[in-house]
This record gives sequence, C-alpha cells and structure tokens, in this order.
Amino acid sequence: MCDTCGCNVTHGNAHLVQPGGKLARTDDGRETVSVLRNLLHANDHTAAHNREHFHRHAVLAINLMSSPGAGKTALLEATIDALKDKFSMAVIEGDLETENDAGRIRRHGVEAIQITTGSACHLDAHMVHDALHHLDLAGLDLVFIENVGNLVCPASFDLGQHRNITLLSVPEGDDKPAKYPVMFRAADLILLTKSDLLPVLDDFRPENARRHVRELATAAPVFELSAKTGAGMDEWLAWLHREITAAEQRPTDHAATPATPATTPVPS
Amino acid sequence: MHELAVAQALIEQVGIVARQENADQILVIHVGIGPLSGVEAQLLEQAFPLAAAGSIAAAAGLVVEQLPVRVSCRQCGRVSDALPGQLVCGSCGDWHTTLVSGDELQLTRVELTRRGDGTTGAAPARAANDGVR
Repeated sequence: MCDTCGCNVTHGNAHLVQPGGKLARTDDGRETVSVLRNLLHANDHTAAHNREHFHRHAVLAINLMSSPGAGKTALLEATIDALKDKFSMAVIEGDLETENDAGRIRRHGVEAIQITTGSACHLDAHMVHDALHHLDLAGLDLVFIENVGNLVCPASFDLGQHRNITLLSVPEGDDKPAKYPVMFRAADLILLTKSDLLPVLDDFRPENARRHVRELATAAPVFELSAKTGAGMDEWLAWLHREITAAEQRPTDHAATPATPATTPVPS
Repeated sequence: MHELAVAQALIEQVGIVARQENADQILVIHVGIGPLSGVEAQLLEQAFPLAAAGSIAAAAGLVVEQLPVRVSCRQCGRVSDALPGQLVCGSCGDWHTTLVSGDELQLTRVELTRRGDGTTGAAPARAANDGVR
C-alpha cells in the first residue's frame, strides 16, 4: 500500500480518518492532522532502494527467517555446495554477536558479509543497505540474507528482498504457524527442516504444519527437507533455480515493485 | 521486542509532520495497529516515552487504537471476523480469504498547536506526504 492515493484506508482504519477533512481545528487552537502513513515508511523506502539495487544487477535476493537453530546456516551450506558450480552467490549474515555463521559460509568458498546487530532482534533495510556497500553485486546471481534467528520481529521489516523463506524445524513443533502467524504469513515459501528427525519426533506431523499454514490464508508452498541427509533438497533447489531464472528475466523498469513468485501453485 | 525501533520510527514520522505543519507542540499522537502487524500495543506504549525523550513529542500522549482482524472470502464473498492465527472464512470455513483489516501499523492522526498563529486563520491544507523522501 502507498501513502498517497487512499489505498491505505482499510476496513479497519477507515473510521480513524478525521471526519471533515485532513485538518480539524478546535476553539483552543488545537488542530488534528490526519496522516495515515505506515510507521515503517522510512524502512520501506530504503527497502525499495535495496530492491532496485538488486534488480539493476539481475540478482535474486532471498530473506531467510526462522527461530534460532532451525537450520538456516546448514541449509545455506548444503545449497551452496549443490549450486556453486552453476550460480554465483553471496550471503549477508545477521546475528546479535559473533562471525561464526559468516565463517561457516566462507569455508564453502562463498563471500559472506556479517552484520552484528548487538541487541537488535532483527535486520532492517538500513542494515542491509550498509552491508550492500561491502558487496559487489556485479556477476552475482543470488544473495541470501540470513536474518537474525527470531520468529517474531524480522517479519515486520522489509529488507528489499524478492522472496521471504521461513524455516520451521521438526523439533519446534507443527503448530508454530498458528502461534506465529505474522512470520508465516510473510513467507513465500516454507521449509520444514530437519526432516531426518521425523521418525524420532513423531508428534510432528507435516500435514498439521501444512494445515496451520493454509489457515493463515496463504498459498505458499511447503517443502520438507533435511540439509543433513539431502532428502527433499531437489525440490527446494528446483524452486530456487526457477526463481533465479525469473530474476534474470525480470525487466529492470519494475525495480521497486516486488514481483509475483515465479511459481504460484495453489493447493486446494 | 522490536517495538522500540517502531517507536523511534513513529517519532521520526511525527517530526516530519511537525515540520510540515509548522507545529509548536505535539499534544497527542494516534496510531492504529492490527494484531497481524507484529507489533504489541502495550510494548509500543512502554517504548514510546524512551523514543520521544528530547523530541518535539516528548510531552505528547500516545493513543493506540487496536484494529480488528477481518477477512473477505474469495469463495462465498462474505466478510467476517477472524483470529490472527486462523484467517479462514467465518461463514463457510474456506482458507481462500483476503485480509481486509488487521495488519495495519499506521500513524493515523496528530493533534498539535501551531507556532505563533494562535486560534485564528485557517491552516494551509498541505498533504502530509509532500516533501518526504
């Protein structure tokens, strides 16, 4: 939604628009100015700028989100090993402290920029913008942004990515989409990770996780995989491949608008 | 706890409105928040004084209006109330719905007094969005 044409007036907030116009004045000199602007407007502005930067270089940008320990870095390591001969990649790592994850990525021969957020529980568009100053996008096909491990806050901040991916690991439980709807609604793809643990953690039922995802009114695909055993990796890599191809063919004049996913299977 | 970052963004926006409207004082800030914005109203209220300290809104009140979650069904066409984690149609139960309210995170209104213009004269009805990056 923009802040100019009135499309930001929703069923929910329409009554908050000041009756009698944008400015209303009382006898004591107090005036009310109607604004109706997204609170994160400054972040969204920088995110659009980042997205334009990715577009100009025909780079696909993917924001990986999950709780801590769901396997984001392990997924990246396995993905890099599978695709590094085909595509040129880089990773922006977000963590509160340490360069541990960036170190893990670099050991696989891929450039990694570490953002240490200190006490901040999420990445925002400004942090990613700063990181992009240290990353040469020329010649890259794909940039992964590994967000801070947190199922709450990262969902509220657009970074300028093309796709959001949310990981749900088997040990976390299959009802997380119902408990963290903001995060799972934001996802363009949901990966059920550590599927090798399904036989021992048999109270996690993938069909329940899928049902909870659908109850958030999202058609985002849900894949099961294990970065450890390689099971299910093909489906994920094929999805990624399609998205990279779509990013390469995306016209650059649509830079600031998030494009629709390359594939939008709508399960019934 | 990203509410402090949101409160800081709010103060930044109020500062822009204050400059555009030539405000002398910010009295009350109204925001509208839906549960699916990911921001907790109570935490935002707690973070607000920290973010407002030293700004033109330091003495301002914050009024948070919590907005309902409502969905429009693409199957039966009805609009119904929903829960944040259950966005299915309240009428036919289908999940093919579109959110019509509930993810808002907006600065809706600012109550202010203007610099040196007392109680007379109409304020220029400039769009609050003009001149913003």
